[in-house]
Amino acid sequence: MKKIIFVSIAMLLLSACAEQAIKDDGLMDAGASGDQYGATVGSVDAAGVGSGTMLAGQEYAVSYEKSAINDPGNILSQKIIYFDFDSSDIREDYVELVKHHGKYMALNTASRIRLEGHTDERGSREYNVALADRRAQAVKRLLLFEGASSDQVTIISYGEEKPADFGHDEQAWNLNRRAEIIYE
Amino acid sequence: MKLKRIIIAAALLFNATLANAVLNIDITEGVEGAMPIAVVPFRWVGSQKLADADVSAIITSDLARSGKFSPLSEKDMLSKPTTPEQVDFKTWRIAGIDHLVIGAVQLQKDGSYQVQFRLFDVLKSQQVLGYSFPADRQSLRYVAHRISDYILEQLTGLGPAFDTRIAYVTSSRSANKKIEYKLQVADTDGFNPQTLLTSKEPIMSPVWSPDSRKIAYVSFEQGKAEIYIHDISSGKREKVASFDGINGAPAWSPDSNRLAMTLSKDGNPDIYVLHIRNKALSRVTNHWSIDTEAVWMPDGESLVFTSSRSGKPQLYQVDLSAGSTPKRVTFEGNYSANASVSPDGKAIAFVLGEGNRFRIAVMYPETRLMQVLTDGPQDESPEFAPNGSMILYASQVNGRAVLAAVSIDGGHKQRLVLSDGEVREPSWAPVRKK
Repeated sequence: MKKIIFVSIAMLLLSACAEQAIKDDGLMDAGASGDQYGATVGSVDAAGVGSGTMLAGQEYAVSYEKSAINDPGNILSQKIIYFDFDSSDIREDYVELVKHHGKYMALNTASRIRLEGHTDERGSREYNVALADRRAQAVKRLLLFEGASSDQVTIISYGEEKPADFGHDEQAWNLNRRAEIIYE
Repeated sequence: MKLKRIIIAAALLFNATLANAVLNIDITEGVEGAMPIAVVPFRWVGSQKLADADVSAIITSDLARSGKFSPLSEKDMLSKPTTPEQVDFKTWRIAGIDHLVIGAVQLQKDGSYQVQFRLFDVLKSQQVLGYSFPADRQSLRYVAHRISDYILEQLTGLGPAFDTRIAYVTSSRSANKKIEYKLQVADTDGFNPQTLLTSKEPIMSPVWSPDSRKIAYVSFEQGKAEIYIHDISSGKREKVASFDGINGAPAWSPDSNRLAMTLSKDGNPDIYVLHIRNKALSRVTNHWSIDTEAVWMPDGESLVFTSSRSGKPQLYQVDLSAGSTPKRVTFEGNYSANASVSPDGKAIAFVLGEGNRFRIAVMYPETRLMQVLTDGPQDESPEFAPNGSMILYASQVNGRAVLAAVSIDGGHKQRLVLSDGEVREPSWAPVRKK
């Protein structure tokens, strides 16, 4: 598992090199395609609002002003990262999301987050606390890589104790395997 | 004997300020070869029979729950002796009953009670056991449980299981999806539930101290996981672990002086041992994998724990002497976690996962034999009874979390159902606090 994390970070490094410059006003100047991870980065128009990045089939604007995290049209309004069963690797389709939050935190140095880790109900409870902690730690590592600092992040692991969905089927399990970013 | 279905409903609480949810015991499978026994309704002298302290009914329910006995129901009793002179062994022999219990509850002048019982071997036509106990109004139920333990030990050789308590976590969800968590203790038949802690944040992993006076548990009430030790009689509690990161999976050493626990303060979930009085902390595992859920072997010198160091969770055992390397203990399947060690150290109950199915299994380290005891699909938190004969665990029925118990040979199962809310994470107290 350790190897996969290193490979992912290496791939992120490569993509970062290919990425766009950040304007002085903190807005991202997107132009190239960042298509490797299933996310498309759209262009930024004159008003500074990005035409979009995709997450879970929806398109969102990309910008990093302070209020962006509360703007439902902005990618930063999405604060839940979902995971595969028994895995704490950040899925390809969520890497961009985490990176955007990392960039936001780097640019808004006063921002602080609680990063909460969760699992689905399967398996033993205390093991799930440790697995959920790993998920949150994986997100934190990527945030720090994008420029957030460690003291901006507090991690709490809830294991399976706080489900988002109280069902007992695949659909519920999918919704429960998550890390949540909560801006304080 | 035929398989029987017995549903025993619990009476309601005594005190409105106590927890308002009561455990019901629902025996779902009987067992072939259970001993036929008759517990004749006790004679009440000087007072009416107390509905919430019906001593002979409590004994009948305990013996049935053990899975070792098949008690005769009162309506099938052709006679109801309450003194030795009234016992006609021949009629009981003809009825196929091997053992007979009779007794009396006598109200004394000072308001206390005297409870006496006699156990007879019907085939030998002789008394085998007879005791008299003082009791007060509050302790009548516990005297009944003690009598059940005496009978159980006399006829099966097993140690006590009834005159003790269980602890568990309940959660209930209000309409707006807010969860309320409670830590409760109750008698082993579900009566007398008392709430030790109510919280809007999760409570986990309650474990009784070896002397049954305290419970250690994990509480998130202050926004993160912390380990507390809670004194049952005084209600006082001490926070013993609040390190950065995970504080979880507490386990009492057999000598009560130490708690094994899971901490991630040094970067990764690992096993540590905390000396409770002087707070000295020593690290037991140091590995990048997840190490958690430590439990003690009865000699207090080694721990069994869950580790993902070979890729998926498996059980390992490690000596507490310095420089010891953990040795793998489970080898079947790709998920073994959440161990409970039997009181004699010869068996380990654990959660065995296969795909989406999680069941309780027991393995014997000496022979490396393993037996799956339950059906799942989401069984967890196995906990040996103090006499080693049964395993209490958490299960799900129709999507609802319940407690269940299975005999160590897998032959007898029963379900304990909370009348509202979800119940999980049972812990069985080793000995009844006197």
